[in-house]
Amino acid sequence: MHQILILSGKGGTGKTTVASAFIKLSEAKAYADCDTDAPNLHLVMGSYEQEQKRDYRGLPKAVIDPDLCINCNKCYEVCRFDAIKPGNPYRIIPIACEGCNYCTHVCPVEAIHSEEAKVGDLKLLKRNNEVFSTATLLMGSGNTGKLVSEVKNQLKEVGSEHEVAILDGSPGIGCPVIASLSGVDLALMVAEPSLSGLSDLKRVIASARQLQVPVAVIVNKYDTNERKSAEIEVYCYKEGIPFLGKIPYDKMATAAINRGKTLVEIESLGAGAIRTIYENTLQLMKERIHI
Amino acid sequence: MIIAVPAEEKSLDSAICVSFGRAPVYCLYDTEKETSTFLDNKAAEAPGGAGIQAAQFLADQKIDSLITFRLGENASNVLSAANISMLKAPNLSIADTIANFLEGKLSSLNEVHPGFHHGH
Amino acid sequence: MGTKATIAVLSGKGGTGKTLVSVNLAAVAANATYIDCDTEEPNGHIFIKPTIVGEYVVTEPKPVVNQDLCDGCRTCVDACAFNALALIGKNLLIFDEICHSCGLCTYICPKGALREEQRPLGIVKRGRKNGITFLSGEMKIGESSAVPIIKALMREQSTDLVIIDSPPGSGCLVTETVGNADFCLLVAEPTIFGAHNLAMAHELVTLMGKPSAVLLNKTQEGENPSEIYAKEHGLKIIGSLPYDEHLALLSSDGHLAVEEDEHYHTYFKELLEAITKEARHASDSDPQR
Repeated sequence: MHQILILSGKGGTGKTTVASAFIKLSEAKAYADCDTDAPNLHLVMGSYEQEQKRDYRGLPKAVIDPDLCINCNKCYEVCRFDAIKPGNPYRIIPIACEGCNYCTHVCPVEAIHSEEAKVGDLKLLKRNNEVFSTATLLMGSGNTGKLVSEVKNQLKEVGSEHEVAILDGSPGIGCPVIASLSGVDLALMVAEPSLSGLSDLKRVIASARQLQVPVAVIVNKYDTNERKSAEIEVYCYKEGIPFLGKIPYDKMATAAINRGKTLVEIESLGAGAIRTIYENTLQLMKERIHI
Repeated sequence: MIIAVPAEEKSLDSAICVSFGRAPVYCLYDTEKETSTFLDNKAAEAPGGAGIQAAQFLADQKIDSLITFRLGENASNVLSAANISMLKAPNLSIADTIANFLEGKLSSLNEVHPGFHHGH
Repeated sequence: MGTKATIAVLSGKGGTGKTLVSVNLAAVAANATYIDCDTEEPNGHIFIKPTIVGEYVVTEPKPVVNQDLCDGCRTCVDACAFNALALIGKNLLIFDEICHSCGLCTYICPKGALREEQRPLGIVKRGRKNGITFLSGEMKIGESSAVPIIKALMREQSTDLVIIDSPPGSGCLVTETVGNADFCLLVAEPTIFGAHNLAMAHELVTLMGKPSAVLLNKTQEGENPSEIYAKEHGLKIIGSLPYDEHLALLSSDGHLAVEEDEHYHTYFKELLEAITKEARHASDSDPQR
């Protein structure tokens, strides 16, 4: 399975728009949404015949047994995360609890234990022989590299016979991004032509290079700032990073997405540009990675 | 001596896992007995500090060398304290990597990365 | 303005125009504090270009071992929920960046071999520019949690009007900024992606019992799913900011639109008035205040 990961550094640059178009163009039968903080890919992928769901559990959190609690206040005194609400009985505020277990150890009547709280759902969607791996987190739970790894593992378990897999990545350069980069054949960076877009792009490229993942760059909405777009192109040239094309700002793109369609399902300026980028990507994979 | 390699699967044909701390398994090769064993990495499940926990686990197994693509600073500190040498992984299967090691073809891993341990 | 109000600007996801709205609101106010809480990708300084006038170090307690007392029993290593400790032989290694400063190891050590010391976690910078007080937090590279820095930033509020540029997502960092706000301004794009993110942000502020309203950003002709969401869920629409090439260009070059364009000066001035009015109204009708 050859994996193409779509990344950006900065949020909101058009990763999901590119990823969904790539899925359509490549007729990929295996794909995943690694942006578990704000998963969006499912919104343009239509409906599925089958959905398998299982609980995703994060760091254990404290739970107070109301029948055993003697309101001695010891847990409240030691907790440094303001996660204990005094009362009768005392309660844990799950959103604040970091699961350190200090309260568990000081409780004189063993009224506190820790439980691996459910923090989200891992989902595997299927139709025909297509598989889509994704996850959702409950409110107030942060994304982790572990969840991203599980989304990818789930895809690998059922989709390994497929030739190409498309992964929609998450923004930033943190642990989730590192987890999404591991083992991919190409990281395609969708850059935004702005000062902040360029600085975030450089940071995410540095992360990918540390992991020896081949990178390539495209610019989305390039005509919103052609000077910055050219700067990104020059940067890629100097760094020896393949530059695979640029997509114009396209009002039709918004309209297509709002109808739950990918960009390439409508005739538009952006669709033509993405087709060219897709062909360039295939060419690059053939030349450099020998697929 | 015992060398460890993070692996994707419990097979000598497996690829080396790119991630050290979150590798699903480690292959341990004993150069005297010429045997290899695969151990599950419990740290792969850890929400945070996986590299440290994995390094502690390998130090407890009394390994002498680790072959990996990439290593976080924290894991590297644990391994250094345990006098475990760190070598740069080639882009090969586990079996070929071990063969390369025995032929003395691997260089030491001198690039250590700052960790990326965000979130919890 | 004369009104004391702390306004958190958030979006559920990056790239919706959160920073653009925050910096322009701060710039148009006569006397305001702008706080950049996006510690992973802080971009507010690109627009405000403040002169940094002071900074201080944020510290957290971290365990320190007395190796003479430690007998290598490993109790602390096994108890630490964050894997911040390792034991090699009799040598205890402590990883400050992984440590959450919970204090358990120090409490639990049977030999009393651990004590806590304040260690730097990051810095808070204070700057000034044309009446704006600028605050931003910078984490030491590799630190695991920015929560203490956000907490430190939240303590710094010195003017009547405070604009908080929240971090993206809906995790613990956002709950920290929202918890300190009187009012939340949600910024949403006109796509189904935008509406989905808006729903997440709206769910979070509702969960935390904070009054909120949405600013529809980059609006254009045709259906706006974010607008539909707001109407269906009784979320007040406080304004629309139509997509404008000129505004996009100004922002991508790091300019403040309110300083470059009279139209946007008026626009953000009116938006700010509408927001402070909402915030005041919300605090008047809240009996707890």
